[in-house]
Amino acid sequence: MTEKFISIEGIAKRYPGAGGGTTAVFENLWLSMPRGEFCCVIGHSGCGKTTVLNILAGLDAPSEGAVIVDGQAISGTSLDRAVIFQSHALLPWRTVLGNVAYAVTSKWRSWDRAKVKAHAQTFIDLVGLTGSEHKRPSELSGGMKQRVGIARALSITPKIMLMDEPFSALDALTRGTLQDEVRRICLETGQTAFMITHDVDEAIYLADKIFLMTNGPGAVLAEVVENPLPKDRGRTDLHRHPLYYALRNHIVDFLVSRSKNFAAEKPDHDPRNVPVVHIGKPGLTIAASDEERPTWTSGTSPGLTA
Amino acid sequence: MTSSLRLRAGLVSIVLLAGFLGIWHLATRSTGTVATMSPEYAKLMGLTATQGKSAMPGPLDVGAKLWEHLRRPFYDNGANDKGLGIQLGYSIARVGTGYLLAVLVAIPLGFLIGMSPLLSKALDPFIQVLKPISPLAWMPLALYTIKDSSISAIFVIFICSIWPMLLNTVFGVASVRKEWINVARTLEVGTLRRAFTVILPAAAPTILTGMRISIGIAWLVIVAAEMLVGGTGIGYFVWNEWNNLSITNVIIAILLIGIVGMLLDQILARFTRMVTFPE
Repeated sequence: MTEKFISIEGIAKRYPGAGGGTTAVFENLWLSMPRGEFCCVIGHSGCGKTTVLNILAGLDAPSEGAVIVDGQAISGTSLDRAVIFQSHALLPWRTVLGNVAYAVTSKWRSWDRAKVKAHAQTFIDLVGLTGSEHKRPSELSGGMKQRVGIARALSITPKIMLMDEPFSALDALTRGTLQDEVRRICLETGQTAFMITHDVDEAIYLADKIFLMTNGPGAVLAEVVENPLPKDRGRTDLHRHPLYYALRNHIVDFLVSRSKNFAAEKPDHDPRNVPVVHIGKPGLTIAASDEERPTWTSGTSPGLTA
Repeated sequence: MTSSLRLRAGLVSIVLLAGFLGIWHLATRSTGTVATMSPEYAKLMGLTATQGKSAMPGPLDVGAKLWEHLRRPFYDNGANDKGLGIQLGYSIARVGTGYLLAVLVAIPLGFLIGMSPLLSKALDPFIQVLKPISPLAWMPLALYTIKDSSISAIFVIFICSIWPMLLNTVFGVASVRKEWINVARTLEVGTLRRAFTVILPAAAPTILTGMRISIGIAWLVIVAAEMLVGGTGIGYFVWNEWNNLSITNVIIAILLIGIVGMLLDQILARFTRMVTFPE
């Protein structure tokens, strides 16, 4: 990791616990991301994923440590960091266009109405909501609402998009199409994105890197798993890739057992140098046919035709 | 389906009204000659004594009197003989003034209290003590300090309508969904713009509900307040007509108080519907 576009440096979050002491959700957490990458965090409830995201967004402040984005320590919220909320958080008294325009006018205060409208319309078109501009959120389905949330976040052309389980409230079909949309948009625009999810397949499909967090309280970032699947992976043939199951099993194993016992297993875990796991390299994989292959280059999809 | 339900409900309403008026009429009508006396004496005694008519006016008497009032709503024959339009106008003007003053105080103050947990906690004991005080209990104090009965009545309206609005504004502002606030925060929206573009629209239905409760209470209180301060207004009219023993006028006044109260409530209900948003 040479370029650190986003760098979380030794942050901790503590809450006053029962009996005068403090409970740390996590301590001394280090994490970094290069520009243009899509990273997912996976971990069980209560491990502080949402807290990390809120700290990144500036909605919450760490008890200790700092977050550096694009060379600057952050303090508070910023238009550079857009958040897509789990509950979409649309303003129900505004129309689709009104919701997106609200974000646009917040960023560019001097723009006139026509310019704001045209800009907002571009992003409404981008998420495929052309024709629904004048509907109110209550007239939209769950998936459409989340599309508006995505359009609103993108419309301010943020440096980074933060997503807190954006699709967890949607049905499987809608979730699939929205994952496709998000992946398409992020690839087209080179958007840096940080997403929290519970869904292993979602992480495998979307993420370039997957951060695995152990159970809280006292959660740590255990591993960074590099996604070995090719950049041009498709949602439908994902599972045919020879490394897919190796990757999936690795993550599921972690969630099922290792996330609980991690501290006992690895007492010398260094939170500043979190091991990076390359699935497919010898010693870490069970995908026998691909053991010799050192790395995957994007654009090729070996094994997909097998 | 709904139109037929509405039609049927309307029919039932009309039947109920007709039944009520019929019973009222039967209960108060003349029952025929009950006593024979010389015509001069009978004239002196009136229909109640001679024809067995109830002292309570019947619906026809009230209707005739009402028609008389409606034809001349704005006449002014001196202090104790003014048209009902003028009396109602005085009452509405007092309620309007006191109520608007209360709106001007309660909504900004409620906003401040709702947005500040410190103020909310600090002012809570005062609000809790002041809220249950009957507005009329303030009357002597108001008369003593303001020394003007008309302004005292306005003050009483002000003090009685401020609490529901204040409490509802505080509640509405304090319970704006966290995620909407977070949206505004992530968009770096300033405090003032946030107050007007997120908190106000989100809290508006709750605030309007408070305003609707307040106008109802204000209209209830003005009648009592005007009975005390006297001079003008529908409340004074009721008391004056009681002193004149004109039950017909008292009944008409009761009917009009009800209708005006309903109209005020409907106006606020319409405003509430305008700001309510479906989720």
